Amino acid sequence: MFKRRRQRATFTDIVVWAIGAVIGIAVIYGTFVTWRTAQYSAEQWINLTIDGLKLGGVYALIALGYTLVYGILRMINFAHSEVFMSGPFTAVFLAKYLDSIGFYNDHPIISLILITLLSATVAVTIALLLERIAYRPLRYAPRLVPLITAIGASFFLQYTFRGLYGNDLEVYPNMDILDGTVAIGSIDVPKTDIVVIISAFLMMFLLYSIVQFTKTGKAMRSVSEDKEAAALMGINVDRVIVSTFALGGASAGVAGILYALIFHTAHFYMGFIPGLKAFTAAVLGGIGNVVGAWVGGTLLGLIESLGPNLFLSGLGVPAANQLKDGIAFAILVLILIFRPTGILGERLSKAKA
Amino acid sequence: MKKETASIWKQAFTSGLIAGGTAVLVSLVGLVEAFGDIYIISGLLTLGELILFAPILLFAYSAIRRVPNQPRRVHFGMSAVIGLVAGLILSLLVLIGNLVDLRPIFVNASPALFDYLTRGVPVPLGLVVPPLTSLLAALAGFGIFMIPERPRKAVIMGLLVVILLGTLRDQVLLASAAQLRPVSAVLRAVVFSSSGLKPLGALIVFLVTAGLSYYGSRKKAVAVTRTTSEQKRKRIILYSIIMIVMLLLPQVLGLFYTEILDTVGLFIMMGLGLNIVVGFAGLLDLGYVAFYAIGAYTMGVLTSDGLGLFNLTFWQALPIALVVTWLAGFILGLPVLRMRGDYLAIVTLGFGEIVRLLVLSDWLKPWLGGTQGIQSIAQPQIGSFTFDKLQYLYYLILIGIGIVAFVAWRLKSSHLGRSWMAIREDEDVAQAMGINLVWTKLMAFSTGALFAGLAGTLGAAKLTSVYPHSMTFIISINVLVLIIIGGMGSIPGVFVGALVLIGLPGLLTEFEDYRLWFYGLALVFMMLTRPEGLWPEARRKLELHDEQTTDLVPEQDMAPAATFSE
Repeated sequence: MFKRRRQRATFTDIVVWAIGAVIGIAVIYGTFVTWRTAQYSAEQWINLTIDGLKLGGVYALIALGYTLVYGILRMINFAHSEVFMSGPFTAVFLAKYLDSIGFYNDHPIISLILITLLSATVAVTIALLLERIAYRPLRYAPRLVPLITAIGASFFLQYTFRGLYGNDLEVYPNMDILDGTVAIGSIDVPKTDIVVIISAFLMMFLLYSIVQFTKTGKAMRSVSEDKEAAALMGINVDRVIVSTFALGGASAGVAGILYALIFHTAHFYMGFIPGLKAFTAAVLGGIGNVVGAWVGGTLLGLIESLGPNLFLSGLGVPAANQLKDGIAFAILVLILIFRPTGILGERLSKAKA
Repeated sequence: MKKETASIWKQAFTSGLIAGGTAVLVSLVGLVEAFGDIYIISGLLTLGELILFAPILLFAYSAIRRVPNQPRRVHFGMSAVIGLVAGLILSLLVLIGNLVDLRPIFVNASPALFDYLTRGVPVPLGLVVPPLTSLLAALAGFGIFMIPERPRKAVIMGLLVVILLGTLRDQVLLASAAQLRPVSAVLRAVVFSSSGLKPLGALIVFLVTAGLSYYGSRKKAVAVTRTTSEQKRKRIILYSIIMIVMLLLPQVLGLFYTEILDTVGLFIMMGLGLNIVVGFAGLLDLGYVAFYAIGAYTMGVLTSDGLGLFNLTFWQALPIALVVTWLAGFILGLPVLRMRGDYLAIVTLGFGEIVRLLVLSDWLKPWLGGTQGIQSIAQPQIGSFTFDKLQYLYYLILIGIGIVAFVAWRLKSSHLGRSWMAIREDEDVAQAMGINLVWTKLMAFSTGALFAGLAGTLGAAKLTSVYPHSMTFIISINVLVLIIIGGMGSIPGVFVGALVLIGLPGLLTEFEDYRLWFYGLALVFMMLTRPEGLWPEARRKLELHDEQTTDLVPEQDMAPAATFSE
């Protein structure tokens, strides 16, 4: 494939590579300037890295939902961001209730587990309803049709939840044990960050184990490899697809609570941007690949939190942090242009080419 | 046989549960209460009730339709079961709502809602009301099923017109108030009451429209035999009438309606552009608003004396803005268009967001105004005449639509247009036929961008300002929804879609909060039941007539695409 491209370097290729080169040089130059002028201290960099890691963990968990569904149905579940939103936006009411009876701070761990369970349950329910009502009848439709359905479902869900729970920003009550920081070496790391990073990692590991080592996971992988052959081998494809959606929903529900721990709020529109970024993460890591979701998520979190300060401020862009979402989307575009298979995705390259 | 009937009752029960669940959802989302004050038929039916009971009616209707060969009493029993079950679920909601205050969670679960559901009857007795009312709704579904095919269409048409007229009572009366006072006086006396239609008026409207529709459907069967020249003459007469009406509209209607018309016009223009990208070439572009923004912002930067960078006039800036958006479409398209289907959608979405974020940023503030946007953008001028009123701009927009529609229409059957459709149908085959994929797609992308840019420049002139906050993803979705509802690839479909989806919500201000809810629902519903849209493209219509099988056509499209994408 590379050979062919070299033989027939079309006008498009030249323009594309020129754009890539310009961006690459700009990034390197910006980074260089930032390093030389030493705008930020080492401590600031470490804090930014931790920020990136915790966001990355959340993105990775959401990305898992995209990646699993894409692996099996070859379809972007655009409404996954709303699956993600539904969990924390519902669980906030339980959290508030627990807080009002004093249970929340007396038994913080049980409360967290309860909230997470509720969030995951709601997210799984929404994901399953979505699959049953919107996607299953369209499984053999042209690609555009389920995608448009997913967009429609996304808006429907957003505004349904807005109608149910209202337009207001719901605030998660503060949890006392998560206040404060822990000193690691010379750096004070907020407890919340540690909890988020560790639980995201554990959750990711758990989901990876499910996909890799259980029978259901094996069935999922085989369905994503070849649906017809899997069906011939006696795998109930429908059930596998349902469990895929359930797994994706559960991880989105957990991600939702972690997100709520970081930002303390829930809102009907909270899913859109994280959803888009998680999709970016999934593509970055190689869509259809569980480890890829984790790699992509973490990398995206890091780039997003380090990037603006690292190269944009070096280029003399004022208020560079305003553009951090822009960086995430730019990465999405660039990855899809230069390496649509992502970092770890190899298998799909054949299907896409 | 006995087992089969048992499963039918089970199905009816499930349908009832789903219908009840839908009714509860609709109530809790707030639709019922929000539209509860809008009478369709005064004293009898409100829009809220319609929204509450329509799902029950539809579920009953479709449940019966699934088993058409059962005897009539089974059908009757099924709809009764569905109505009762759904009603009981609503009663359960009322009961729970009366025992526990649900409002801390569900903002709309107010006593007013429960009052509404029980029609004001206090609770122990009021619990009987929802089953009765929803039983009525389900039986109405049964009734509609009982009517033979052709009159049924007429009846549905009549009902729709009654609903539409009743809902838009204020708008209809207000619009005709200025110039057509005698007409509105007659309407007021006979058809309308203080809110919604009079029962008698509703009956008249229903009979007239149903009759007309019945008569029309009979005529259509004959029309096929008519000569083409006769058809052509009729069409020319029809078009000239439409033209004259369009020209007179802003004079007859007031400022408020002209504003809505202008907005609809801008959306039609964008819709025609996106229709080329999505409808003709099959490239799903979710960041279409970016081109509107680029058009509007170029116009702003070039003409605004607030920024004072160039101070051009509208007409000087227009060609530059158009070239800029065309180029933007070209340059953005260049790297992106090598991707397929869903990747393309996400990337364009990313582009749309990037454009918005750049416009918002402090970085580009000296040029683009940051969060404050750009003010005092020049309005078009001819000699000493300035298009400074919405009524005047309306004509400019009309001309713009005319040009854009003409170009789109000519492009459609050109070589380029046919290449687009070939790509839409099957990329690999199109390439094998010697179509240059990248170039053809680029042309679609940049032409679409150009149209959006034109809409953007006119939009900027309309408001004399541009704000980054009006360039959201929602706009892209609005445009996308209107072309999908209208019928992908169909030019009249764009007009229909824009009128229905932008015009109607503009008229009904209560609708605004639930607009995207309905859009989402419409998208899903359309894709599941009628993916070709309300006004399907002629080619597909032709296929429909060839096969005489309405349902098969989308599936035929699906089969090859599915095998290729696997």
